[in-house]
Amino acid sequence: MIPVLFVVTILVFSIIRFIPGEPARLILGEKATEQAVAALTEKLGLNEPLLTQYFLFLKQIFTLDFGNSFTYQMPVSELLASRFPVTLALTLMSTVISLVISLPLGYFAGVHKDKLGDQVVRTTSLVAISMPSFWVGLLLMIVFALKLKWLPAGGWADTLPEQFRCLILPAITQSLMTSALLLRNTRNSVVDITRMDYVDFARSKGISAGEVRSRHVMRNAMISTVTLLSMRMAAMLGGSVIIETVFSIPGIGKLASEAIFGRDYAVVQFVVLLFAVLVLVINLITDILYSFLDPRVNL
Amino acid sequence: MKRYHGASPLERKRSMPAWLTKPSLVVGVVIVVAVIILALFPQLIATYDPIATNTLASNQPPSAEHWFGTDFYGRNIFSRVIWGTRIDLLIGVLGVVIPFIIGGLIGLLAGYYGGVLDSLLMRITDIMMAFPFTILVITIMAILGQGLINLFIALWLVGWMSYAKLVRSEVLVLKDSEFIQAARVAGFSDARILFRHLLPNVISSAVVFAASDVVMCMLTGASMSFLGLGVQPPTPEWGSILNEGRTFITFAWWETFFPGLFLAVSGVGFSLLGDGLTDFLRTKGR
Amino acid sequence: MEKLLEVKDLHVAFPSKQETVHAVDGVSFEVFEGETFGLVGESGCGKSQTLRSILGLLKQPGRVTGGEILYKGADITKMNQRALQKVRGKEISLIFQEPMTSLNPVLRIRTQMYEAFEREKLTKEEKRQRAIELLKLVGIPSPETRLDEYPHQFSGGMRQRAMIAIALGAKPKLLLADEPTTALDVTIQDQIMKLLNQLKQELGMSIILVTHDLGVIAQMCDRVAVMYAGQIVEMTDTVTLFSKPRHPYTYGLMGSLPNEDTAGTTLEAIQGSPPNLANLPEGCPFAPRCKFACDICHKERPEITEVEPGHFARCHRPEITQNFQGLIQVPGQADGKEEASHE
Repeated sequence: MIPVLFVVTILVFSIIRFIPGEPARLILGEKATEQAVAALTEKLGLNEPLLTQYFLFLKQIFTLDFGNSFTYQMPVSELLASRFPVTLALTLMSTVISLVISLPLGYFAGVHKDKLGDQVVRTTSLVAISMPSFWVGLLLMIVFALKLKWLPAGGWADTLPEQFRCLILPAITQSLMTSALLLRNTRNSVVDITRMDYVDFARSKGISAGEVRSRHVMRNAMISTVTLLSMRMAAMLGGSVIIETVFSIPGIGKLASEAIFGRDYAVVQFVVLLFAVLVLVINLITDILYSFLDPRVNL
Repeated sequence: MKRYHGASPLERKRSMPAWLTKPSLVVGVVIVVAVIILALFPQLIATYDPIATNTLASNQPPSAEHWFGTDFYGRNIFSRVIWGTRIDLLIGVLGVVIPFIIGGLIGLLAGYYGGVLDSLLMRITDIMMAFPFTILVITIMAILGQGLINLFIALWLVGWMSYAKLVRSEVLVLKDSEFIQAARVAGFSDARILFRHLLPNVISSAVVFAASDVVMCMLTGASMSFLGLGVQPPTPEWGSILNEGRTFITFAWWETFFPGLFLAVSGVGFSLLGDGLTDFLRTKGR
Repeated sequence: MEKLLEVKDLHVAFPSKQETVHAVDGVSFEVFEGETFGLVGESGCGKSQTLRSILGLLKQPGRVTGGEILYKGADITKMNQRALQKVRGKEISLIFQEPMTSLNPVLRIRTQMYEAFEREKLTKEEKRQRAIELLKLVGIPSPETRLDEYPHQFSGGMRQRAMIAIALGAKPKLLLADEPTTALDVTIQDQIMKLLNQLKQELGMSIILVTHDLGVIAQMCDRVAVMYAGQIVEMTDTVTLFSKPRHPYTYGLMGSLPNEDTAGTTLEAIQGSPPNLANLPEGCPFAPRCKFACDICHKERPEITEVEPGHFARCHRPEITQNFQGLIQVPGQADGKEEASHE
């Protein structure tokens, strides 16, 4: 994981240096004077040798001093610290919604394999997988915010309960594809597991159907669910760029797209780095969780 | 197919082709064929010029004249959506075909020869996996700049890895199998073994993945345009039509609804096709 | 002896869209207290499904379509989930063929053991003590530490012993054993069989043993039913079965059994393969493979008849195999069970 992280820093560092043309001119625009461009280039440290620049970049990472955002006129670290909790809350809420939807429905479809219920659930999830999230988000907004006026149409609020209300529609939108993928996966696991002798053996002990379901079927189905969920959480972090833009939620996803449009490269590189670190953290947690769920796996 | 258990071979011949008995697959094929027709002959279906503006007909709701309404510039949304099919399908197809070929080739070589190429492939994919897919694409777009060509480059740069990994793992399984050993002993050239013996046996899982990947590419391409990074207005593309219409969402729902509907339906069509293809290849393989 | 279990005209079917497989087609037998009853036959003859239906554990989409399974007078096939749970484990328990897949790989042995006596509301310490005793009983060394291990840390034979320990956890009156040794090495097979015999004596329970191995039957069983194509074709006590088989199928099974006489010669397997259960022939299901089949065998299904007191056979010509008496070596049985050999 550490070597991966190291290469990730090199990649992120390269972003700003890969851009064709002068970054300073791109930031300042076509009409900027030569002096202004030269001054900004100097200020960004782009005149230094690449290796020096890279070490400065590493120093920034270790001291958590990410420099200043050009467009927001504030330290990048503060910007990230204020925006990150929003995306974290959105991702966790989407995850919870996905699990609440997919585990029971997946179990239901699995035990009723090939029956009508299973086919309905499977077809619905196939449709859900193929939906553009930004469109679904806008439709939900039209129906639940603009027509029914139950929930805010987007934007952010000051109090926690209001912020929670602001996250409901985005979280539902975000969870759509994850729910569908988890549901399929749970369904297939349940189909495989209920065929196993150990489930029949557990039933033969005379324990209740609920205990068989939770301790033997779902417990074992969780093993593959956890792997898929970690992949989906990474994907949902990426998806936050789109969802947060649709609902105007101030998270790191929206920050990323704003920074890209504003050519705020200081922000771009650290937001991208933050995403990579988050994915690596998710993978680490998954590995730990996995070794708890499956004793055959050693860390 | 499972349903034919116990039926005699003769009976099987007399009945319909197997894929016709799966209604979901039929729906998928119908949708995909319709999308292809729209993409090939938009001029026959569209009623208006997709980019001609008309300030007198700004933001009009759906009517007999404008089936899907008009946008802010008075452009006919039905025609824009129909013409948009071409670009979205192109994104889906080209976004898959190129990575399929390049990634498949890399996976084939890496799996067969191993060594430096293989470890390099694994390191690259390990590192790239650290970035969420969407972040990877928009970062590349940020570096390269907006536009359709750059969108393709971004999709290609990210897309090949899945195919390489998939094909590589299949090759690793088959590499030491008896029929490859036999081919080697028989003195066939590496190229012949790779393309005549290995390739046909490892390709089916990549094909199955490609079917679902078309949907992913179309959705990603449309979301990039939706963010304003992909196809630029006034070129008709579903994601960018949606992005333009979003501004008027409070009163003009049709500007977001219809382009998204086409995107969703095409997505469902390709998914159904892919699903049916998976079943088909799985049963055929047995 | 008291009658413990009575299966009456049991029918089990596996329906699907195209066809219905009649896996069990009118099976009747009785099991008495303290006896070991064997069900023997080729794979797919319905012996395992008969066993599974006794605990209401048929695989999907199988269901009991007719008949009764009376345990102490109560019909198991009519029981709801709650009533079934009271019977499972406590009255009747089950061990499977495959020790690798019959224990949940992600749960500790102790968790899986405690489930067997969960209903007794024991304290943690009592549960542990009980589990240790059970593991000792089935001969697992250092049970205190093994209790906290996972199935993958056990060898195949040890897993089978653990499964038996779990099945005995609630002191059942009847143990159903579905090919309990098929997946094990020959030496381990013998150990497990001896263990089952010994436990049966000590705990005074009955066993229904399902197997395809006549050697196992000879070693273990008091009475035997031979099954073919979902029906019992012959049923009697073990000694009689081996000395005077009255059904050509039983006779054929013995021909494929190695013993001292056949050593060095080619074993004679039964020709052909079992019939399609969804589409049985008009006459006796065994007729197409039967050396002694005549016209009537191909036209009419034989009924099961009591050819001698306590000896039942489903054959039009039950006398035919009598001519071959004495040709068949009874493995082990004549010299006592202990020396039984199989394989």
